[in-house]
Amino acid sequence: MTFDAHAIAKDFPILDRTIRDGKRLVYLDSGATSQKPNVVINAESDFYRLHNAAVHRGAHQLAEEATDAYEGAREIVATFLNASVDEIVFTKSATESLNLISYAMGNAAPGNRYHLKSGDSIVVTEMEHHANLIPWQQLAARTGATLKWFSVTDEGRLDLSQINSVIDEKTKVVALTHQSNVLGTINPLDAITKRAHEVGAVVVLDACQSVPHMKTDVKALDVDFLAFSGHKAVGPTGVGIFWGRAELLADLPPFLTGGSMIENVTMESATWAPAPKKFEAGVPNMAQAVGLGAALTYLTGIGMEKIHQHEIALTKYLLEGLSAISDLRIIGPKTTELRGGVVSFTLGDIHPHDLGQYLDSQGIAVRTGHHCAWPLTRKLGVPATTRASVYLYNTTDDLDALIVGVQGAQKYFGR
Amino acid sequence: MQLDNLYQEVILDHYKNPQNKKLNTTFDAQVHHINPSCGDEITLNVTLEGNTVKSVSWDGVGCSISQASVSILTDLLIGKNLEQAQVIADSFMHLMQSKGTEKGDESLLEDAVALAGVSQYPARIKCALLGWMAFKDASVQALAKQA
Repeated sequence: MTFDAHAIAKDFPILDRTIRDGKRLVYLDSGATSQKPNVVINAESDFYRLHNAAVHRGAHQLAEEATDAYEGAREIVATFLNASVDEIVFTKSATESLNLISYAMGNAAPGNRYHLKSGDSIVVTEMEHHANLIPWQQLAARTGATLKWFSVTDEGRLDLSQINSVIDEKTKVVALTHQSNVLGTINPLDAITKRAHEVGAVVVLDACQSVPHMKTDVKALDVDFLAFSGHKAVGPTGVGIFWGRAELLADLPPFLTGGSMIENVTMESATWAPAPKKFEAGVPNMAQAVGLGAALTYLTGIGMEKIHQHEIALTKYLLEGLSAISDLRIIGPKTTELRGGVVSFTLGDIHPHDLGQYLDSQGIAVRTGHHCAWPLTRKLGVPATTRASVYLYNTTDDLDALIVGVQGAQKYFGR
Repeated sequence: MQLDNLYQEVILDHYKNPQNKKLNTTFDAQVHHINPSCGDEITLNVTLEGNTVKSVSWDGVGCSISQASVSILTDLLIGKNLEQAQVIADSFMHLMQSKGTEKGDESLLEDAVALAGVSQYPARIKCALLGWMAFKDASVQALAKQA
């Protein structure tokens, strides 16, 4: 089956609506959140209409069906990542997943492999989204550990030249993004995982911008923990994934405690169920997990490799089109080498908010601002950028509309 | 086009030629305000002479709406007493919250009525108010210094 983005777009009902006085919707903000196909919308509403009950509880048929649907979704996620089913933890968001691991490490008692103390270090990078920076800043503050980071070069790549001093014997955890949500840069992981494991540190990967867009095999990546969000992968909001290697999850203390996550409880104390239940306190976001299962099944049906190739082709087209516009500066790699379909840029003296507002008047949805990566945009000397991000349903028509829109904005604000 | 309600000529003029955009070296109070949703930043200095706004100077980065709004503010408020400034600021705040239903009192707000269109764009109201919030903060601090 060949890849047909126009046909795929028909699966997404929102792409049929119009914007601002009848303009066709040109949605180029999938890096913030993706649109949803009918199969996902139906899976979520079918759960409520037909199967809704609290999972893992209740002696009735609905509870059985709900549990089957929820655990079935877990199997789909495991297959999607080439992981084991007990390694998949449902959270409410990728942000919660990253807080889960950082808080859980903070809960580790002396003697536990995750215990952090003064003298230890946590390593991040300068291109992290706030969600993979602030939890680690906070963990460092709570434990007395030192926060260190890899800086970003002018080309928008990680500077790994000092890798052996940034990651050293004191390092307990290295947390980084797979793909920058601002620059589009895909970080090469081999040298980092090798060095981290050499010193006994674990590697936490923020895969929010990569899992939805390329085939992800956690075994091949050789990372230890991984987080992504459902809503960026054509799934519902309110569901995220936290993956960890089974032997590592076994030693990790819980983050949230309460119902479902226990083995035994007395008035004085409690013991924990094995992973993944240990990390799923309370009645989970069941309908959203089921919706995510439908989303990943949908993406798999199309083919992650085909989706990735489509996005690379779109990114190449967009980079070439934007580069031809005077006063336009691309922030991030200029070629598609180790780069995903997120393209940030500035446009002369036109502020991104004003550009975004003009593009909106043309039906074009982009993101503007610091993209929740303020330290990065500050480092790059651009307080704000305009960001276009593509997904499987985008076409070169969308990119042509953006390019015409950017040129229109130059005329509009140049008056 | 509806967008023209937002980007009136007056706004683009103030954006290109901002008034009082050079921080005075002396001041009674200096504040730094940030709009965390978009990264706009402003530093604003206020000097009072008794009850009168003697000078307002500023520097910052931001969109045309936030920059024009503070530029207009300086033109409007320099020379006014604090009671008059309060009346103007309240009127501007009211206009921003009007959701496009009001045009603004031009005798009071002068160039600031050009920002009326902002009230139809909820995401941009904070941009227009950045400088006004900074002024409010700075004038309170400057006044406290006199006590």
